[in-house]
Amino acid sequence: MNIVFVGHVDHGKSTLIGRLLYDTGSLPPDKIEEVRKTCEMLGKEMEFGFILDHLQEEREQGITIDTCQIFFKTEKRDYVIIDAPGHVEFIKNMITGASQADAAILIIDAKEGVKEQTKRHAYILGMLGMKKVIVLINKMDLVDYKQERFNEVKQEITEFLKKINVEPSYIIPIVAKDGDNIAKKSEKMDWYKGETFLNCLDSFSLPEKKKNKLLRFPVQDVYKVDDKRIIAGRIESGTIKQGEEIVVLPEKTKTKVNSVEKLFQDPTHAEAGESIGITTEDPLFIERGNIICHPDNLPEVTSTIKANVFWMSKQDFNINEIITMKISTQEVSAKIEKIEKKINSSTLEEINEEKDKLKNNEVGTMIIKTLSPVVIDDFNYVPELGRFVFEKDMITSAGGIIAF
Amino acid sequence: MDYLDELESKSIYIIREAYKQFHDIAMLWSIGKDSSTLLWLCRKAFFGKIPFPVVHIDTGYKFKKMTEWRDSYSKEWNLNLIVGRNEEAIKAGIGPKNKLACCNALKTEALKQTINKHKFRALLLGIRRDEHGIRSKERYFSPRNQEFKWNYKDQPPELWDQFKSRQSDEEHIRVHPLLHWKEVDIWEYIKRENIPIIDLYFAKNKKRYRSIGCECCCSPIESDADDINKIIHELKTTNTSERAGRAQDKESVYTMQKLRSLGYM
Repeated sequence: MNIVFVGHVDHGKSTLIGRLLYDTGSLPPDKIEEVRKTCEMLGKEMEFGFILDHLQEEREQGITIDTCQIFFKTEKRDYVIIDAPGHVEFIKNMITGASQADAAILIIDAKEGVKEQTKRHAYILGMLGMKKVIVLINKMDLVDYKQERFNEVKQEITEFLKKINVEPSYIIPIVAKDGDNIAKKSEKMDWYKGETFLNCLDSFSLPEKKKNKLLRFPVQDVYKVDDKRIIAGRIESGTIKQGEEIVVLPEKTKTKVNSVEKLFQDPTHAEAGESIGITTEDPLFIERGNIICHPDNLPEVTSTIKANVFWMSKQDFNINEIITMKISTQEVSAKIEKIEKKINSSTLEEINEEKDKLKNNEVGTMIIKTLSPVVIDDFNYVPELGRFVFEKDMITSAGGIIAF
Repeated sequence: MDYLDELESKSIYIIREAYKQFHDIAMLWSIGKDSSTLLWLCRKAFFGKIPFPVVHIDTGYKFKKMTEWRDSYSKEWNLNLIVGRNEEAIKAGIGPKNKLACCNALKTEALKQTINKHKFRALLLGIRRDEHGIRSKERYFSPRNQEFKWNYKDQPPELWDQFKSRQSDEEHIRVHPLLHWKEVDIWEYIKRENIPIIDLYFAKNKKRYRSIGCECCCSPIESDADDINKIIHELKTTNTSERAGRAQDKESVYTMQKLRSLGYM
């Protein structure tokens, strides 16, 4: 399971992760020794956060710059930690991290309470459709382990999360540097009756299997291998079988699956998640960006999309400007027709000025026109066809979720 | 699908994306376990026929066995093999006395020369996030400038499975399809797929190599693991890190960082 840690700068993410790795015995002694030596060289005490902040510059500045992944395991399963930075200028890295996570941990300093980045990160989690969220209220030692303060912060964050439709599964008081309520119950907070952080994490179930859903097979490429024309791609949902009828979108041409191809194997079918190839009965013109489905229950084919878009480039994005849009393997030119609503992602206040453009870190609900039709699905049903990126000047500049 | 199927499928997806977006691409094969796994995945991605060259950077200090192994399998798998050597530096006698200079001349420079000669726009590499702290900073698609410099402080965002698909003339892209694999995953997969692997990894006289490179800069670890099952068992119970036997990582706390910002793989 991939988990991402988010929250305001200095609220304790790196320390918590260092502690987690230490408590689960996931750190080789030579790595601990390396960190200890480095801390010594820099004239500091051993800091758990340094395990993550592996680059020299980060150590010196004391902040995490980029997303960073590390592994640990409990008795139940393996986890991949995606660390996310707290500084506002590194928001694109936080989104990169969060887009790869199954669950998110939001950390709040008990003394400081909910801050700007706490809100912005929580908002992004909501926008990305994150369902598994744990809130950790850290540095309880700084508020004398008091339940009253915990409840205040808990109420503050709960109210905010409610506005953005994020429902946290757990809210836990912790002290990351001492390990309170991380792997072991805290002796200093016996008023907390819930589970430790690790037990809460272990209680999450893995994402449901997608093989029982409708078939969605986006074409990645077509290869000529010997005398075969193999259509290659990954099945994003459903199952494909030899001999069955398929429809190629957006043109809606029909054919049958002649064979399912995998090297060293001779499969008759393949399911969601598998990278495979197929050959078809008729020599149709099939290319990257086509979506192969079963004849019944086709996804929507459209040129008008309503979506929530998070803009993360220093260059503004102007209405009617042509941009590249990528949805799964589909790539089309597109433009914003209208920005219906624009908000500040941390205060959630609506921005009414300059509604003809999106600026760095702004979120907008907008109507997008694609210059050729695209195949889309509800994000909650097939995420791969319900989300997209905009690419400008050869760099991903925005992420978006299609609103149905 | 089980766990290994998921790792495999994601890597194949990335390999195919990389080839689609950057046709002038090559794969770097060090003969080690990771790039040999990557090679296997490339064969699977393209149904047995890899449509791009496989590059081996030969420093002249590699284990002799590695060269024999390379030649024999590139024949068997019908690979388009390119061997890159910095002949000038080898002639000039640059060697492992100064490790940073040696790695830089015989590996990084040799790679630069090979890329320039063949005009590759992108390279597939078998690095993993859990190998070393700095490698955990990598993206699947990671741009480098002409001098091979990696601007890790300002990397482009990489959302979901949408990878960088265009590049400027100055850019060269490194693609890392194995980024999400762990060391033990590699061995579990080698076992399941029966991937031929060089025997330097298997213990002889209670010593084995856990990571291989140049003969002079690799030291074997104490181990009884003389087959794959024993290696997997060892990795599940060990608590020293994988590259503990690699000299360039130990030299100084920051050697690896320096090497990488200079373009080291």
